[in-house]
Amino acid sequence: MAHLTTAPQLDSGQDRTMILNMGPQHPSTHGVLRVILEIDGETVVRIMPDIGYLHTGIEKTCEAKFYQQVVPLTDRIDYLCPLTNNLCYCLAVEKLLGMEIPPRAQWLRVLLNELTRINSHLVWLGTHAMDIGALTVFLYCFREREDVLRLFEAVSGQRMMTSYFRIGGVALEPPLDFFDRVRDFANRFPAKVDEYENLLTANPIWVMRTKGVARITPEDAIALGASGPTLRGSGVDFDLRRDMPYSSYEKFNFRVPVATEGDVFARYICRVQELRESIAIVQQALDGMPSGPIKADSPKVVLPDREKMKTQMEALIYHFKIITEGFSVPSGEVYQAVESPRGEMGYYVVSDGTAKPYRVHMRAACLANLQLLPAMCEGRLIADVVAAIGSIDIVLGEIDR
Amino acid sequence: MPLSPAITDLERLKAHPAIARLQAWNSQVVEGVKFDRDEMSIYVERSSIRQACALLRDDPACPFNFLSDVTCVDWYPSEPRFEVIYHLLSIPQKERVRLKVRLGGDAPALESVTSLWPAANFFEREVYDLFGIRFTGHPYLRRIQMPENWEGHPLRKDYPVEGYR
Repeated sequence: MAHLTTAPQLDSGQDRTMILNMGPQHPSTHGVLRVILEIDGETVVRIMPDIGYLHTGIEKTCEAKFYQQVVPLTDRIDYLCPLTNNLCYCLAVEKLLGMEIPPRAQWLRVLLNELTRINSHLVWLGTHAMDIGALTVFLYCFREREDVLRLFEAVSGQRMMTSYFRIGGVALEPPLDFFDRVRDFANRFPAKVDEYENLLTANPIWVMRTKGVARITPEDAIALGASGPTLRGSGVDFDLRRDMPYSSYEKFNFRVPVATEGDVFARYICRVQELRESIAIVQQALDGMPSGPIKADSPKVVLPDREKMKTQMEALIYHFKIITEGFSVPSGEVYQAVESPRGEMGYYVVSDGTAKPYRVHMRAACLANLQLLPAMCEGRLIADVVAAIGSIDIVLGEIDR
Repeated sequence: MPLSPAITDLERLKAHPAIARLQAWNSQVVEGVKFDRDEMSIYVERSSIRQACALLRDDPACPFNFLSDVTCVDWYPSEPRFEVIYHLLSIPQKERVRLKVRLGGDAPALESVTSLWPAANFFEREVYDLFGIRFTGHPYLRRIQMPENWEGHPLRKDYPVEGYR
C-alpha cells in the first residue's frame, strides 16, 4: 500500500502523465464525489478521491437537539437506507438508557431493515449496471424498488425519509393489510432477482467488465477498513448481523454470502445473494411476528398514545414534558454498530446526563470503503474506475455527513 | 436490563485480553479503565498510542485487527480538553475495545496510526479537520470535509452551532 504512505500530491511535473478531474457532477460518481486522476494514456497512475461537497455538519446539529429530535436527522445521512440509520441510533440511545424493547418492535425493526437492504441494493444494482452500460437493469430494479417504497409509505407515511423507528420502539402499529402486502412482495421478489441475474450474471459483456477488475486482497480490505459486501467479496466471512447480533437477529436463520475473488464481480455476487437472504429473513419475520406492544413501557421516554394523551392527565403531562424538555439520559458512552447495506454503520453517542447528546458520531461504512479506491484502480484503465466506484456502493450523504 | 454501575477498578478488569496484553508490555501505559454498558474503554498514555495499537493488532490470542473508527470528543472548558477515541474490532474473536487518549487544548497533537491501518487516513483527517488535532506521521494531513481555507474547527464546543457570523 505504498500509495497511501506517500502524500498523493498530483503534480509529477512531467509531460508523460495528465491530470483528469472527474466529478463532483459526474453521473457515475453517484452524487458529489470528486476524483482526481493522474493518467498515462488510458491507464490510471494515481487516483485521489476528494470529498466534502455534501458536508452538512449533522454531527454538530445533533448536539443542539433533544435525543428524540435526532432521529429524523439520521434519515438524511445515508438516504438509501434511512431505517438502518434510525435503528442504529435508536439502539445506541436505548443502550445508554438501559432500555428493553418489546419483541414485536424488534421483529418489526428486523423486517423493515431487510426491506431497506433490498431497497438499497436495488438502487445500487440499477445504477452500477447502468454505469457499466447495462441500461435495462436500472428499469427492472426501480420497478421493484417502487414496491418497497410503497411499503415504507404504508408504514411510516414517507417513502424515503421514514423516521419510523423511535427511541423505545417503533412509531406506529403498521396498517392492517401491511403484512399481507409484504408477504405478497416477498413471494414475488425471488423471481425478479432471477430476472436481474439472467440479464447480468452470465452476460459476457458484464463478465468482461467485472471479472478480475479492481481486485482487493483480504489483507488489504481489513487494513483499509472495508466492511460489508466489500469485505465479504474479498473472502472475509464477517457479518455483524450474525457475528455480533442486535435487535434479535440471532433468532433468524440466514446465510452470509461470501466470495473469494475480491473483484467487482465478487462484490456483485455477494450483494445479489444478499437480496435473496434478505427475502428469507423477511419471510421468517412475517411467519414469527410476535404480538404485543410496539413501544417500551417507559412513560418518561416514550410518547404516550394519542388516545391516552387526550383522556388521562398523567399521559398529557408526560407528553408535554418529553416534547418541551426532552428526557435526560444517564451519562456514559456507547458505540453501536449495525450491518448496513454498505457495511459497518456505527453510532458513537456520548451523554453528559442532560436531554441533549453531548456528542453523536457516525462511523460511515462508505468513508472507509472509499479508501479502497486507489488500491483498486491504480494501474488499470479509466473505464474500470467507474466499475470500481459502483462496486463499493458509495452514498455521499453518509461519507460527508 | 437495568443499568449496572460502571467498573473503573483496574484490578477487577486486568483479566481482559487487551488490558493484560498492554500491562504485560508496560505497566504505565494503561492510565485507567472503564467497563460500562458491556463496553470496555482503556485510557492509554498519550505517547504510546501507536505502539499500544500495534500490540493489540498483532496479539496472537485476540488480534484486534480491524480499526472501526477514530473520532474525538471535546470536553471544553475542562482540561485535558480532548479525548481521541479509537474503536478496535477483532474479526476472529468478535470483540470490541475502545482506546482513549486525553489531550490538552494547547496545540493538541498525537502520533498517527496510519502506518498500522491505512484505514486511519480519512478518519484522522476528519478529526484534524473538525477538531484541529494534528496527527504526526500522517501522510496527507489536510482538511477533508471543510474547504481548505476554512477558519476554525467546527466540532469544537467553543465553535457556535450556526458558525461565526
